[in-house]
This record gives sequence, structure tokens and C-alpha cells, in this order.
Amino acid sequence: MAKARVKAPKKAKAGDIVTIKTLITHKMESGRRKNKKTGKLIPRHIIDKFTAKFNGETFFSSDWHGAVSANPYMSFSYRVEKSGEFEFIWHDEKGEETVKKTKLTVA
Amino acid sequence: MTNMKVEVLDRRQFLVTAGAAAAFIGGFSSAANATPETAAALLKELTKGGAAGAMEGKIKIDLPEIAENGNTVPVKLSVESPMTADSYVKSVHLVSEGNPGPEMASFHFTPASGKANAAARMRLAKTQNVVGIAEMSDGKFYVSKTQVKVTIGGCGG
Repeated sequence: MAKARVKAPKKAKAGDIVTIKTLITHKMESGRRKNKKTGKLIPRHIIDKFTAKFNGETFFSSDWHGAVSANPYMSFSYRVEKSGEFEFIWHDEKGEETVKKTKLTVA
Repeated sequence: MTNMKVEVLDRRQFLVTAGAAAAFIGGFSSAANATPETAAALLKELTKGGAAGAMEGKIKIDLPEIAENGNTVPVKLSVESPMTADSYVKSVHLVSEGNPGPEMASFHFTPASGKANAAARMRLAKTQNVVGIAEMSDGKFYVSKTQVKVTIGGCGG
């Protein structure tokens, strides 16, 4: 479905607090817009949950509502301890999930 | 397996929130827009009553003073906290006083977040106050209210 982009560091030192930036293409249709031709409301279709995990453990998550802009951008922090894998999950109302993984090496 | 567990919990959490919001909207169906009152009521729901005792300070919500385009208003938030297992920020809720609905977004942190910082982009329908409330691990709440002037509203219509 949606195309996700993640900017997360590939290398870091233990104890570093790193910033992760994410972006996903999604209309985040709020359900309040009208189709200009038919005058009918366009049904709501949004991503309602974003989760960030490291080695399977959730360290940050967010609940989204209609007030989140289209193509949602999300940035947040993580305290590095050891090498492993980030996993970012966008869950939309229709149950679709977009998952993106990146690796982190502690030097 | 850990993945599964987390997913189920998250979905349940969402359903509880959604249910509360729906019940709440039902009760006020005559009001089309969020108002300071509906925003306050939603905050009460989200914080399970904790919003009433919220103090000023610690939480900082960075929003532009004037937003030319209400479709995408950058918001940055930060909460002062050591972010250790004993003392950390659990959640930050953002609530609107002037959008079609008061709910905007909630952010959930853990000690592994390192810092209680987050940035996102929001829709704002008109000039209004955005309220941010932080829930700390010790059960305290901190609140901050920011006014944003919106030139072009961002909720369709």
C-alpha cells in the first residue's frame, strides 16, 4: 500500500540518543471532505496507529486521528544500547500494515 | 510472539479510546465543532480524570504563531524528564479546541525513548488553541495551551 521512508542512523555508540524521522504516503482521508462532482462525503480512511520497535520491543507509539496531515511525518528519539533492528509499523483502519525495518550497529 | 501480543494490546487500547470518543460525540451531537468544553471533556477521558489536576510547565508545544496552510501545521513537542525506568513520560495527548473533532493525536513514550520529544504535522480547521497534556510515570499531569492563527483552514469542507 503506502510507501514509507525512514531516516534512522545505521551506526551509533551505546548511550547515544538518536533521532528517527519517518514519512509515509497516505491520504489520511478525514471523512469530512466532499467529492466535488457528486457532493457525497468521501469515506474516512486513515492510519490510526504508528509503532516503533527495537529488537521486537515497542519504545514509541502514537495514535492518530483525522487531525493528522496527509502523508504523515513523525519524528522521535531512541536511546541506543546495543546492535539490532528497528521495526516501524503503520497500521491503517482497514487493517493494512506497512512495515519498514532498518539495522543499527553499535560501534 | 511478542509482536502479536503488542498488536492486540494496542488495538484494544485504540478501541477503548475510540469507544469513549464515540460515546462522547453522541452526547453532544448538536455541536458540530470541537469547543474548549469538548476538548476539555476529551482530555478528561484520555487522562482518566487526571487532566483536572494538571499543572503548568515541563511540557513545551512548539507550533507556529501563524499557520498559512491549516492542512499541514508542524508541531514539535518536548517534555522535561530524565526518561529513566523510575521517572519517565508515559504519554502526550494533543487536543484541538476548534477542529471538527477534538481528537488530534497521542504519543506514547518509554524509558528507551531517551527523550520525550516528538514532531509531526497536524490539520487545523481554523484559528484556535491546541492543548497538550503530558502524563508522567508518577501519575502527575502537565498541560500547555498554544494559540495558532490559521489563514487557510485544513479540514476540507
